[in-house]
Amino acid sequence: MQHLLQLEDVVIRFALRFGDLTAVDGVSFALDKGQRLGLVGESGAGKSVTGFSIINLISKPGYIASGRILFEGRDLAHLDEEEMRDIRGNRISMIFQDPMMTLNPVLTIGEQMVETLLAHRKFTEDECRDRALETLRKVHIPSPEKRLSQYPHELSGGMRQRIVIAIALLADPALIIADEPSTALDVTIQAEILDLLLELCESEKTALILITHDLAVVSQVTETIAVMYAGKIVELGSTEAVIHTPMHPYTRGLINALPGSVHSERRLNQIPGMMPSLMTIPPGCSFHPRCEYRMEVCRHQVPDLRYYESFGREVACHLGEGLFGRSS
Amino acid sequence: MNPTPPLLEVKNITKHFDISGGFLEKLSLENMRPVLKKTVVHALNDVSFSIIAGETFSIVGESGCGKSTLGRAVLGLYPPSSGQIYYYGTRIDVLNAREMLPYRRKMQMVFQDPYASLNPRMKVEQTLMEPVLFHNPAITMLEARDLVSEIMEQVGVDPLWASRYPHEFSGGQRQRISIARALMVEPEFIVADEPISALDVSIQAQILNLFMEAQETRGLTYLFITHDMSVVKHISTRVAVMYLGTICELARTEALFTRPRHPYTQALLSAIPVLGTKKARHIKLKGEVPTPIDLPKGCVFHKRCPHVFARCREEVPLLAEYDSGRLLACHGVEEGRI
Repeated sequence: MQHLLQLEDVVIRFALRFGDLTAVDGVSFALDKGQRLGLVGESGAGKSVTGFSIINLISKPGYIASGRILFEGRDLAHLDEEEMRDIRGNRISMIFQDPMMTLNPVLTIGEQMVETLLAHRKFTEDECRDRALETLRKVHIPSPEKRLSQYPHELSGGMRQRIVIAIALLADPALIIADEPSTALDVTIQAEILDLLLELCESEKTALILITHDLAVVSQVTETIAVMYAGKIVELGSTEAVIHTPMHPYTRGLINALPGSVHSERRLNQIPGMMPSLMTIPPGCSFHPRCEYRMEVCRHQVPDLRYYESFGREVACHLGEGLFGRSS
Repeated sequence: MNPTPPLLEVKNITKHFDISGGFLEKLSLENMRPVLKKTVVHALNDVSFSIIAGETFSIVGESGCGKSTLGRAVLGLYPPSSGQIYYYGTRIDVLNAREMLPYRRKMQMVFQDPYASLNPRMKVEQTLMEPVLFHNPAITMLEARDLVSEIMEQVGVDPLWASRYPHEFSGGQRQRISIARALMVEPEFIVADEPISALDVSIQAQILNLFMEAQETRGLTYLFITHDMSVVKHISTRVAVMYLGTICELARTEALFTRPRHPYTQALLSAIPVLGTKKARHIKLKGEVPTPIDLPKGCVFHKRCPHVFARCREEVPLLAEYDSGRLLACHGVEEGRI
């Protein structure tokens, strides 16, 4: 069966004066129609770059060095700008973290929505207006007629993010990529935005890639989770399984480090050290300097992301089948 | 009378910021006559609480609720518009700069953004030494250097790096240095304003552990300001929930999290995403936080409250004590409706 989106061994590099920096190192995953995937990791893990690469938003000096990004039968990594424009905002939409940066401050909400529609559809003015109103209702914006003539600064943060979601939905995309869509918002607003995203993805059968550092957010919205560390996926599986029985030592460390997780002790379980910068990625498994289970092999051999039948997920760790015996 | 006064007592503090600008901006016409109008942000409205020595007192709330203003007002960084602040029974909000000096040493602050709160042109050693030399002019350079190494060791930064500049450190390391700076003068009380929000998840645990270790070894008292409820739940002794510049509920951590009683606390707690639970039904609030420029009449929360009654629209609810030291400002609870 053909997947909606399939990344095959994608490598993204940044060409810098002193040589190339590998930001994403061989990432592969697949997404089906209506499926929701969470890309989780700390800053610099490569999660946003991976998300951006799908619609070719990698700006210079970054480039997709190798790999394929198959979407509805086309390889997005090798499309020219013209063909890409047909996909962006049409088949694949993007939602960014800061709604104030995404919306144009000098255009009204209505103008921005019409602009997006006309870029992809041959609509008349009336059709555009109807479609805009319909989408604004879908994202539960009160008095949508009034909003069309308002400017972004007249709306609150939560309302702006709803508008951004509405614009993303205008052309009925098959996939939405949301990069930290709720991080800039307060908790009560965040809960509303996440509810809305989930509701829309379910009702419109839209696939979602949610990029975030917040494991709790991912666990509420997505079905699948991919944990990234230093440019690689280290664990990929169903959200429930990964959250409840994390296998990779990094995932496990990350979840145990959260206050209010399984441990009731006062001292939090911390992962020692910090994620290496892209310039100093250690040889072998990039997590080995921080890993409590490291073995000799971890120091010089990179572990492959392998599917383990017994865990029902993919893990990149030399412990292999031994992972399960180590579950604490 | 209470024989030992609490470490910090804040009584009926209000803080207003005048944002009306210059003369021409204030000028407006009313019934064809020119009048001067003032625009005032009501950041804090009649806030009272006390902090007992040795505890971690947390203030939570969403952006704009006045929690940072409160933290700064407590340290005297913002003079309050009215109200009193007592430190071990001594009123400190009326002291002049010279009289305030000994208290400045006892009360220190750790800021949110370790990229902005360290001077980029000062070496770590200079940054750490400055408060010591200022508060203790008798100390020799040698002693100060030793102290720097000692404290750096304690916060987990290699003392060999003392001669480096802040840009050479990662976010987590910088926050350790900020904590070290606060610890240099042996404070009793530290105000930490969102000290871990700017850090990555795996680093947050390290910094929280550092805070807790320092508290145990030095007997520190913390005023912890944050919006992250899981952090609050983990580290605090008591929690105050703020909304639009007022405290709506104040209780011991366990009591607050197991049985929140104020409608706002209930909504806030229900909105926290919890790891591994499929979306819990969170309480939906109507509308949005009103601006602190014109506060709603009556209870500040009444426009969004699901239990609003006529009385809430007219009368401001006062903090009253309920079960085991819980303070609540809600007419609904008082009348037994909630």
